[in-house]
Order: sequence, then structure tokens, then C-alpha cells
Amino acid sequence: MTDLNYDKSLHLKELIPQSAIDEIEQWILKYPAERKRPPIMPALKVVQEHNGNYLTTEMMQAVAEYLDVPHVAVYEVATFYTMFNLNEMGKHVLSVCTNLSCSLRGSDKVVEHLQNRLNIKLGETTKDGVFTIKEVECMAACGGAPMLEVDKVYHENLTEEKIDKILSDIAAQHMPAKEEDNNGK
Amino acid sequence: MANEVCFRTLDLETPWSLEAYESVGGYSSLRKIIAGELDHEKIIDELKLSALRGRGGAGFPTGLKWSFMPRNMPGQKYVVCNSDEGEPGTFKDRDILRFNPHQLIEGMAIAGYVMNATVGYNYMRGEFYEPFDRMEQALKEARSKNLIGDNILGSDFCFELHNHLGGGAYICGEETALIESLEGKKGQPRFKPPFPANYGVFGRPTNVNNTESYASVPAILENGGQWFLDLGKPNNGGTKIFSVSGHVTNPGNFEINLGTPFKDLLEMAGGMLAGNQLKAVIPGGSSSPILPAEVMMELTMDYDAIGKAGSMLGSGAVMVIDESVCMVELAARTAHFYYEESCGQCSPCREGTGWMSRVIHRILEGEGKPEDIDNLDRVAGNIMGRTICALGDAAAMPIKGFLKNYRHEFEYMIEHKRSMVKG
Ligand SMILES: Cc1cc2nc3c(=O)[nH]c(=O)nc-3n(C[C@H](O)[C@H](O)[C@H](O)COP(=O)(O)O)c2cc1C
Ligand code: FES
Repeated sequence: MTDLNYDKSLHLKELIPQSAIDEIEQWILKYPAERKRPPIMPALKVVQEHNGNYLTTEMMQAVAEYLDVPHVAVYEVATFYTMFNLNEMGKHVLSVCTNLSCSLRGSDKVVEHLQNRLNIKLGETTKDGVFTIKEVECMAACGGAPMLEVDKVYHENLTEEKIDKILSDIAAQHMPAKEEDNNGK
Repeated sequence: MANEVCFRTLDLETPWSLEAYESVGGYSSLRKIIAGELDHEKIIDELKLSALRGRGGAGFPTGLKWSFMPRNMPGQKYVVCNSDEGEPGTFKDRDILRFNPHQLIEGMAIAGYVMNATVGYNYMRGEFYEPFDRMEQALKEARSKNLIGDNILGSDFCFELHNHLGGGAYICGEETALIESLEGKKGQPRFKPPFPANYGVFGRPTNVNNTESYASVPAILENGGQWFLDLGKPNNGGTKIFSVSGHVTNPGNFEINLGTPFKDLLEMAGGMLAGNQLKAVIPGGSSSPILPAEVMMELTMDYDAIGKAGSMLGSGAVMVIDESVCMVELAARTAHFYYEESCGQCSPCREGTGWMSRVIHRILEGEGKPEDIDNLDRVAGNIMGRTICALGDAAAMPIKGFLKNYRHEFEYMIEHKRSMVKG
């Protein structure tokens, strides 16, 4: 039996922690109270972050219910913008810019090096689920070309050594505890 | 002299702090307004005199734009800052946001006062987490000093500013797409008219300017419109930030007087990388047609000079290209970008960008036909002027530029199935 009075915000509250709900509430305050759609984008970003970098249909529906907008309004946004991922992603997403300035300064070598080191192609995720690499358009950091973004952080003036360091730093975070002990000497 | 306007805090310690900004005269124009020493008509007059032109790409006079806003119309009005910075080659707004956020805040507050708008949104591209944090920090500082918010400095002027983050879409840099996006929708441009000044965010009168445009305003009002005008040249007032990238020794942002010779700018950027030969320059972002070295070396960096030479100053993104570059490859990458970023709303752009990209890639793969070149030029011509927004033109103009100046490289590749430059 359908309970017509059920609290439509409950669903999202079950899916993400209260701190994330609070973050969404902060965003909602920025827009006129009678407008329900402006917080869709920020809410999706918050949810995606709490779900390992991608969105599921269930999460999009929960956002729609929470904001009291039609489901389709949320799908539209999630499918239009490139920062929303609708497929499973690695724990860390490495976005390589291959646009004009970066390609002039050797982004093809960055891509090649990443592909060789991680043994995957652009758009793929490593078997252990740690790394996804993807190609992106200009990130407004062309003065530091070639560049890539790791999660939320830009890395500029890349060299093979810098890339190796980025990869090993991330790998170290995901080392099983036992190995970490061994490394700790 | 460089870095006199938007980058004037750059050499200070913590250039992004309120203290640094106030030490160079920051917030003095806002204080003058509050003290009743500067009214909206005087501000618009100074802006008109300064010949400040929109720094987002189109170069529309900012003073004139502000005068179009129906400031006496009752109801909510908005000022919106376009910090979407997506035009390939452009990376100046990111540095204004990171290194001098208060100047943008003051510029927007002044705009709010002039246009009777009590709310502003700063729309930053989705990947700008670091600039976002800086802006949030600066807003907090400004709020704590009552420079932003209700009853600013005890007056009856109220202005609230909000930072917004996009979701990754070049098209959202187009002002009406940006407005749609801010409303929480897909970023698909609106038909104009009505213009944002009459029907903008949430259907209310809205003024949209680029980050650098707003951030130039406080300095103009402190020193006068004439001062700014004199920094540049007639009709091209002031300084402009040039984002220099590509094959130079020291890529970076250079805030210099409009009208500075290109060869001086090249020198500031450390000259050509590894002493290579300059082949060509894309002078104003990826949408601006490429110009050969010999043309560029004679030009000054201003709207009129670059326009007369058949290209555009655009966003001030100067991409420097050396002799090792194959123009067919560069054209293919450019075409691919616009194909990826077309919003799909208008068929000439949606179909045309994909077609151009496929044909140029076919030429690259050695499958080109002699008629491809004229067909490319014709299709590019057919996109132009036939779309709701200027993305169509932005996609077509550079392709026409590559064909006009480097047709021989396309012909060579079609005939010999290999690059004229790379072999
Ligand atoms: C496809 C497209 C992308 C654009 N991207 C930007 C951008 O990233 N930043 C920007 O300020 N203006 C951009 N513009 C220009 C804006 O539509 C608008 O003219 C500008 O924000 C107005 O501000 P201004 O007068 O201060 O330049 C773009 C225009 C088009 C057609
Ligand atoms: S071209 Fe790579 S950041 Fe702009």
C-alpha cells in the first residue's frame, strides 16, 4: 500500500551521510526558495562524491525526490554534463587534457605513459578499481601544459617522473595493510 | 609596466587576502559609492570613457552593456559573472579567482549597485575547486567586514554574492546557456531576443560579464576612465590579460597594455621554446582563425588590429605554434573539440561539427579526396550565422582559417597520404 504522506527526503538520507545532506542544504540556500531546480547540479556532485565517483539511477531518483523535482529533470542534467559519470569509475579519476595547448606540449606522451604504466586504455579502469584514466577538453590550465587532473586537483607541467610520483602516491594509499607494514620497515 | 589592473596584487604576499587587496586601494570605490561620492551615472560614464570591452570574447563595450539594464524596473535583478573559462587556450580567469578574488567581488558589488541588483552569482566551471575555495574564503572575509551582504557599511545598499560551480560543458560559457545551467537545466542556449538584460536568470533582468571585465572596474573607478583608456589605445582601452601557451619558453599570463606589439609579448614569454622557428599563432582562443608568423610579427595585440588581420582577439588566449606542427593535425583536434561540445540543439552545428571532424580525420588517415577541401570550406560557411548561439561560428571560423592559410598542407596530405611537415 502506498503511503501518500511518506517523507520524500528519506530516500536520499538513507543513501548518503548527514554531512553530505548538510552540504546540499547549504547549496539550496543560494537560490531563490521558490526555485527547485538550481540545486540539482550541486546535489548530484555531492552524491557522486559519496558514491565512488559515479551515479546510479536510484541515486538520481533520490535526488529528485529530495529536491521535489521530476526524475527526468535530474536525468537530463546528469546526462548533459561531462562531470557526471553514469558508469562505475575507479577510486581515482585521472583526467588528461589533450586539447590544443596540451597537445602542443606533449599530452600524447602523457597519455601513452599512463596507458603503459597502468596497462589500460583511455576510458578504462584498472582491475583493482583504483585508477580510471580519461581524456578531457581544455581545463583552463594551458600555461602549465601538459596537465592532468587527479580527482579535484590539477597537476601541471607534467613529466614522466611527475606522473610516476602521482601514480605511486595513489597506489600507496590503497596498499593492503599488511604490505604497508612491510614497507614501513 | 605590467600587472596594473586585475593582477595588481600578484607580487604581494598572500595576494588573495583582503589585506593585500586593500593595500593597493581595493574597496575604495565601493566606499565612495556608499559615501555618496559616486553615483551610477558617473560610473557608467567612466566605463564608457575607459573603452573597456568585454573580456569574455565578444569585446562588447561594458559601459554600454550596463546602461541597457532596466535599473528602475521593479523586482529582482541579477548580476552574473561568467567564470566558465572553457575556450581552449584561456587560463586567465582562473588566476584572477585564485590570486585576486576581492577585486572581482568589489567589481560585482559595484555592478550590483549600478544596475540595482541585490543578488549576484559567480558561475565557475565545474573543475575550479581551488578557485572556488579561494572565492568562498574571500567572500567570508568580505562579509565579516560588511563589504558584502545586507546594509553594506551601514548604508541601505544590499548585495549578496553566491559562488556556483558548473558541471563540465564548454557551451555553458555562452551567456544564455550559462543562465539555463544556473537554473539547474541542460546548458542549451536561448534564442535572443529577449536579451538577458530583459529576460535572464529566473526570467529576471540579468547582466552577464566575464570575470576580467568585472575585475577591471574597481581599478578604472579609482584611477578614472581616461587613465584606463590611455593604457591602451582608442576603442581598445586598458590592459588585457594574455594567456600565452604552446611553444614558448615561459608560458603564462601577461597583463599588458592593449596595443602592445605581439613580438614584445613573445619576448616576455621567453621567446620560442628551444629556439625553434615560429610558424603561426592562434591569437584569441581556439575559435579565432590562425595567423601565419609573418602576419603576427607585424601586429599589435588589440581588438582592432587582430580583427583587421582576419582573426579575433577573443579571450586573449595566445597559442604559439612552431614549425614542427602539422596544421592538418591541429585542425583535426580543433574540429574534434567543437564536435564534442556542440549542445546538439541546432542541426547545422550538431551535424556540421561532426561532419567536419570526420572529414579532417579521414584526411589524416590518408583517405582524403581532393574535393574534401572545398567541401570543408563550404560546410563551415553553411554553419556560420545559422545557429542560435555563436558556437557554430566558433567551430567554423578556425577551420576556415586553417584552410585559408595552410591549404597546401591539406592538399599535400590528400595527395601523398602523409604530412607535409612530419613526413
Ligand atoms: C560557445 C561560447 C563559449 C563562450 N565561453 C565563454 C567563457 O568561457 N567565458 C566568458 O566570459 N565568455 C564566454 N562566451 C561569451 C559569452 O557569451 C558572453 O559574451 C560574455 O560572457 C559576456 O561578457 P563580457 O561582455 O564581459 O565579455 C562564450 C560564447 C560562446 C558562443
Ligand atoms: S589545452 Fe590543456 S588545459 Fe588548456
